[in-house]
Amino acid sequence: MSRIGVFVCHCGINIAATVDVERVARELGQDANVVFATDYKYMCSDPGQQLIKDAIAEHDLDGVVVAACSPSMHERTFRQAAGDAGVNPYRCEMANIREQCSWVHQREPEQATEKASEIVRTLVAKVQQDEELAPSYFPLTRRALVIGGGISGLEAALGIARSGYPVVLVERQDHLGGKMARLSGTYLNFEAAPGLLQRRVEQVLSHPHIEVMLQAQVTGLDGYVGNFQAWVADVSAREAGEPPAEPRRIDVGAIVVATGWDPYPLNRLPEYGGGKILDVVDGLTFEQMLQPGAEIRRPSDGRVPQEVVFVQCAGSRDPERGVSYCSKVCCMYVAKQAMLFKQRVPEGQAYVFYIDIRSAGKGYDEFVQQAMEAYDVLYLRGKVSKIFARGDRVVVWGADTLVGRPVEVEADLVVLATPMLPGSGALTLAQTLHISADGYGFYNEAHPKLRPVESLTAGVYLAGAGQGPKDIPEAVSQAGGAVAKVLQLFAQETMVQDPTVAYVVEDICSFCGVCVPACPYEARELDPLRRVATVNAALCQTCGACVVACPNKASRIHNWEPGQVLAMADLLVK
Amino acid sequence: MGIPYYPGCTLSTKAGGYDRSGRAVAAALGMDLVELPNWQCCGATFPLATDNSLALIAPTRVLYEAEQAGEQVATLCAICYHVLKRTQTTLAKDTEMLERINWFTEQDYEGRVEVVHFLQLLRDQLGWEALAERVVRPLTGLRAAPYYGCLLLRPYNEIGLDDPEAPLILHDLLRALGAEPVDFPYNIECCGSYLTVREPEISEGLSREIVASSREHGAQVLVTACPLCQFNLEYPQRATGFGRTGNETPILYFTQLMAVALGLPEEDWGMEDHYVDPRPLFETA
Ligand SMILES: Cc1cc2nc3c(=O)[nH]c(=O)nc-3n(C[C@H](O)[C@H](O)[C@H](O)COP(=O)(O)OP(=O)(O)OC[C@H]3O[C@@H](n4cnc5c(N)ncnc54)[C@H](O)[C@@H]3O)c2cc1C
Ligand code: SF4
Ligand code: SF4
Ligand code: SF4
Repeated sequence: MSRIGVFVCHCGINIAATVDVERVARELGQDANVVFATDYKYMCSDPGQQLIKDAIAEHDLDGVVVAACSPSMHERTFRQAAGDAGVNPYRCEMANIREQCSWVHQREPEQATEKASEIVRTLVAKVQQDEELAPSYFPLTRRALVIGGGISGLEAALGIARSGYPVVLVERQDHLGGKMARLSGTYLNFEAAPGLLQRRVEQVLSHPHIEVMLQAQVTGLDGYVGNFQAWVADVSAREAGEPPAEPRRIDVGAIVVATGWDPYPLNRLPEYGGGKILDVVDGLTFEQMLQPGAEIRRPSDGRVPQEVVFVQCAGSRDPERGVSYCSKVCCMYVAKQAMLFKQRVPEGQAYVFYIDIRSAGKGYDEFVQQAMEAYDVLYLRGKVSKIFARGDRVVVWGADTLVGRPVEVEADLVVLATPMLPGSGALTLAQTLHISADGYGFYNEAHPKLRPVESLTAGVYLAGAGQGPKDIPEAVSQAGGAVAKVLQLFAQETMVQDPTVAYVVEDICSFCGVCVPACPYEARELDPLRRVATVNAALCQTCGACVVACPNKASRIHNWEPGQVLAMADLLVK
Repeated sequence: MGIPYYPGCTLSTKAGGYDRSGRAVAAALGMDLVELPNWQCCGATFPLATDNSLALIAPTRVLYEAEQAGEQVATLCAICYHVLKRTQTTLAKDTEMLERINWFTEQDYEGRVEVVHFLQLLRDQLGWEALAERVVRPLTGLRAAPYYGCLLLRPYNEIGLDDPEAPLILHDLLRALGAEPVDFPYNIECCGSYLTVREPEISEGLSREIVASSREHGAQVLVTACPLCQFNLEYPQRATGFGRTGNETPILYFTQLMAVALGLPEEDWGMEDHYVDPRPLFETA
């Protein structure tokens, strides 16, 4: 017989308005293994936790079930409380009667109450068979790997190094800086990008904690959070046609992926003369003409263009022929480029075709207004249908939907504001690092709101335009967030390993290997000497795939034993 | 091998030259076009109303007849192709609509038959190289501007014949015939289509720009796959009468150029009824 306590939470009115919490506590109190049951307004509050601790002491409890919200919300809270009061934390379980009951059954309170009691009963059955477990601890490597030497990678490397930890910065090109090195003046104050960047590059190169590896690429990754082994290969030999050197092994505890973006190939826009007409260029090419010291000249004949047409959303927001997403920075850089053009060629005329202006951000809309009002840039609201050459000029067909008329502009130069694509090779790198990417190849964050700088693989963090189009301030902020995550990890004395992971009952394992490919986290291997499957506990995410896959029930998860699952099911399937 | 063929109304009347040259070149290439035994008008416009079931009945009847004849049905007319192909893709997705129409027509169209344009057969079944080998009278030196128009290519997700913004299929065909395809910016601009009936000034204006642009780029002839484009581009040039003054641009069906290049007899060219007579271009010295 166990001595289990059941604690039913109201969650204010979240649960109590639908589920009769008192009745649930009363009903569970009758269970032979439950020696104490009560309800309370907020179990997670300090008094709520104290209530649990007091009950443990008073009734000599050896197991706890908290009927409340999802375990991903508060399992840690209640296990901590139970542990403090002397109950093994792994004999404290949560019964989810909020997300899986009260919230979804608001119209049927009677049945919701019955369902809540059933859910709690299954957890009471589980706790009876829960073993007393203890977490394990292992050391971690306090060195970080940063992949990509653009502004985000530079910021991440500096942030970690300045906190006192060594950093290896891997960049596949022969210089640092990424795309920012090719920009002109940046919005909002036209400060020159190369200057801003140069300071950062020098700080990185001179920092004693940062080792920079140029013309290098990560080709393999083993291990797990806190203890990765990365393999970094020199790609300069391959480019020079020589045999590649052996990749170098670098042990790190955390990884920041900052591989940035690449431009959209112009020849994917044949309707705009992309790749066919020399005087149709993309935004990045025009940036280079606007750089300090450079000149604005037509690629075809070197003349200074007088009439320049900017085409926004060229290839973006176009699910049929281009990419569906908004590239986020182009509305802003077009305004900037149009103004810089007018500063250099005051008698020139700039036209901007746009669908709508996306200039959210502090000071951003004012900046675009400045282009319209102070610089007389002519903004025409309409999509461009076609661009072609007429003599030595470039004809742009668009529309001005505000007056409802088609428009033709004969220009000297056309700038296509094309979308940022994920860096080439991003998908290969994602596979190497076991992180996921979306359909375009932008890395996926672990949660779009609450975990925006983490990948789904513990210890691998994201920064910059590789995760989605962003401008420099955003890239820098995300890099700061990634740094904070790395430091949070490095601040731990040791890595804690949760014990509720998969294991193999070796006596009945038939060495069939079915579980190995079933595991999505590459946590399983076959041991050819002992002829059994083994689990790398640090990689196991307790997903259960191997348990289902194993034909012999040899693969199991601690405290999710077959006997427990069956006992729980028995209560539900009558 | 015979391919079920849907000529449609226009090719049976006004655009007889397209039909004649098309059947002749197909036969010469061993790809005989076998007219469906029993066909009716496809409606000639793809309905875009919210409830388009009524207007889908005519093309579905055509598809039903085609399904009885084989797995594929070929067209030459770009408009028939457009209507039939879109009907086919629409009904493949909307099984409820399919059932409704079948209920009304008391026919059992299953949605299997594939609608193909003759150009597609040339590209995918015969191949440009094989076609080039059959050419006996290469059109060397002929600067021919492919004009695609709208209906042959758009909307891409329902038609899918070629890239709607940078099409190549007519270019490739002309190259196989030995001609020089001329690129010009208006090659996918609309000719005005049916506006020619209600507001002819509009389609005349559009058509004149298309022809003028092709000429600026050095084209001697325009080449199309659509009887309505052919009419719209040619008709405004009628003022100068039959025969060539040197200032008109003949508007040809691609099949007509094929007939010349494959060395077929002149009656197979189907060029008698043009407002701008193209035949002088092909007179043998
Ligand atoms: C035309 C244009 C104008 C712009 N103007 C402005 C502006 O005025 N103000 C502003 O705030 N933003 C502007 N931006 C946006 C700005 O360019 C980006 O925000 C910025 O470049 C993002 O930096 P990043 O470090 O994330 O990516 P990147 O600059 O792309 O850097 C990524 C780095 O990673 C490296 N790399 C890639 N893959 C690998 C790999 N597998 N292994 C190793 N290294 C790898 C690359 O070589 C590169 O050095 C503009 C963008 C465009 C297109
Ligand atoms: S930022 Fe502006 S120009 Fe760029 S895709 Fe979005 S709306 Fe279009
Ligand atoms: S529980 Fe999931 S993550 Fe753990 S070993 Fe099994 S399959 Fe892999
Ligand atoms: S599936 Fe089961 S029996 Fe097969 S190797 Fe894995 S643990 Fe062993």
